[in-house]
Amino acid sequence: MSESPTPGPVVSDELTIELRGVHKWYGQFHVLKDINLEVKKGERIVICGPSGSGKSTMIRCINRLEEHQRGQIIVDGTELTDDIKNIDQIRREVGMVFQHFNLFPHLTVQENCCLAPIWVRKMPRKEAEEAAMQYLEKVKIPEQAGKYPGQLSGGQQQRVAIARSLCMNPSIMLFDEPTSALDPEMIKEVLDTMIELAESGMTMLCVTHEMGFAKTVANRVIFMDGGEIIEQNRPDDFFDNPQSDRTKLFLSQILAH
Amino acid sequence: MSTHTPQPDLPPPITSVGVIGWLRTNLFSSWGNTVLTLAAAYVVYLTLPPLIEWALIKAHWLGDSREPCDLEKGGACWVFVSVRFNQFMYGLYPEAQYWRINLAAILLVVLMIPLFIKQFPWKLWLGFFVLFGYPVIAFYLFSGGVLGLEHVETSRWGGLTLTLVLASVGMAASFPLGILLALGRRSSMPIVKSVCVVFIEFWRGVPLITVLFMSSVMLPLFLPEGTNFDKLLRAMIGISLFQSAYMAEVVRSGLQAIPKGQYEAAQAMGLSYWQSMSLIILPQALKLVIPGIVNTFIALFKDTTLVLIIGLFDMLAMIEAALADPKWLGFSIEGLSFAAFVYWIFCFSMSRYSMALERKLHTGHKR
Ligand SMILES: Nc1ncnc2c1ncn2[C@@H]1O[C@H](COP(=O)(O)OP(=O)(O)OP(=O)(O)O)[C@@H](O)[C@H]1O
Ligand SMILES: [Mg+2]
Repeated sequence: MSESPTPGPVVSDELTIELRGVHKWYGQFHVLKDINLEVKKGERIVICGPSGSGKSTMIRCINRLEEHQRGQIIVDGTELTDDIKNIDQIRREVGMVFQHFNLFPHLTVQENCCLAPIWVRKMPRKEAEEAAMQYLEKVKIPEQAGKYPGQLSGGQQQRVAIARSLCMNPSIMLFDEPTSALDPEMIKEVLDTMIELAESGMTMLCVTHEMGFAKTVANRVIFMDGGEIIEQNRPDDFFDNPQSDRTKLFLSQILAH
Repeated sequence: MSTHTPQPDLPPPITSVGVIGWLRTNLFSSWGNTVLTLAAAYVVYLTLPPLIEWALIKAHWLGDSREPCDLEKGGACWVFVSVRFNQFMYGLYPEAQYWRINLAAILLVVLMIPLFIKQFPWKLWLGFFVLFGYPVIAFYLFSGGVLGLEHVETSRWGGLTLTLVLASVGMAASFPLGILLALGRRSSMPIVKSVCVVFIEFWRGVPLITVLFMSSVMLPLFLPEGTNFDKLLRAMIGISLFQSAYMAEVVRSGLQAIPKGQYEAAQAMGLSYWQSMSLIILPQALKLVIPGIVNTFIALFKDTTLVLIIGLFDMLAMIEAALADPKWLGFSIEGLSFAAFVYWIFCFSMSRYSMALERKLHTGHKR
């Protein structure tokens, strides 16, 4: 696993995310059990596993949408603690794309994109608007800039959500099942956008069951079950030669259809 | 191989559009509906013509005594209202100083006009001025004592002026206070939360009339000897606190309707609590509860009549006083109809404005 197996930008040796012995409970329920994960700059990781296995919870801990109770999470050299300063610092560096887009329905597409740069990065409005247009062009919907999210299709909304995250100029992007709420014909346009992003060298953590996407862009596939990381490997090894029985069972289920 | 020729767009059938179509779908769509339509038409026929005859056709409008009304009965005597009109509007305010109230009213209208002009660039600043600067100007205009203006005691403010002062102060204070209370009630900080819950439940649990009464009878007992707390100010505080509890619950219902994903997206982008509330959550939540907010405002507007019991003379109190005038006995229908009409105009305008606002803020479907 020392070399990058897939074509695309070279992964550096510098660590950008570290999870060390992370545990999390929801009340009595132990959701994350001793999670250890190291992510290098530029790495593209796909996380899969059965429903309820803690995938969302894990990536939501990385930007503190959920709080972990034990262990350490270090992002870009900053450790996540109760210190609000550290949390803000990390959230600026980490973009997130949700299953249900979570665009702000009362703002236009462009305003959705400008909001955080203006209020969090204190960027001048004009500059933020120009940057927003640039990213909307990147996700191929500059012509929708003046519309409201409610007037767009699901695929377009998700691409706006990606552009909105990119406007903060993050060094890491988290995706939580970005295509699961979409119709099949829209999945492709979103995946294409994500592939392009991967080619630009972005560090990406992506919860998805799109195995084609995993094969083409991921450096590493992580399989989770019952709150644990069961197996992680290069995509070709992961799919062709799974080690654990649970992985095999899971793969047989999702590849069956 | 057959090729498909697209069909041309045909106009809709004549019976589904136009006047006939409208009548058919709305009034005569079924037997039951037809019966209801006819019954309603009959009720209107029975009530409306006599009402118009009384209020408009046979009514007396001009003059300064009740003689014409007594000579020719059967119509409304609006002379009663026109003779007393100034008192209904300005209460016991000195007649020579009416211009000060008029000036304040005109100033408010002039300041508000640009707020409704779409291209006006300094809306936010002007809005702030109307909320925080204007009340100071209006206060000094009304009360005087500066710039050579004669001092007028607040106890002499009255009539519709007082109603409007109380209502607008109540609205302007209870709205932001209600929002803060609603946010506080949903706060994760236990102390903030319990303070807000106790406050809301206390003020919602007591009738406004007791609040007003206690504010004028009990409050002075708690205050140090000799502090003279203005009666009008006490009424304003009482009404504002009382209504803010209601407002808080209205706003909270809106906050609850906002999906969790909106909070999370705002957080994930690094917005602070107050930024995400003011930029993301409140604009959506308040838009959802416009009907509830306006409902509260309308209730507040009408509740201001209760200040009568602590000896403030709002418009209704002035009308009551006029009805007791021995020279004008027997015109309570005219007096109360006039009051009802004025209140209705204001409340109906608020309701229309809120509907226009809802339409304006509509931004397509939520997904
Ligand atoms: N706020 C919460 N309170 C209590 N339990 C929760 C909460 N959120 C999630 N859980 C539980 O934690 C477990 C892991 O949830 P998580 O959302 O991380 O799963 P997931 O792997 O993302 O599943 P899916 O593929 O369905 O999205 C689930 O059993 C879920 O029921
Ligand atoms: Mg999930």
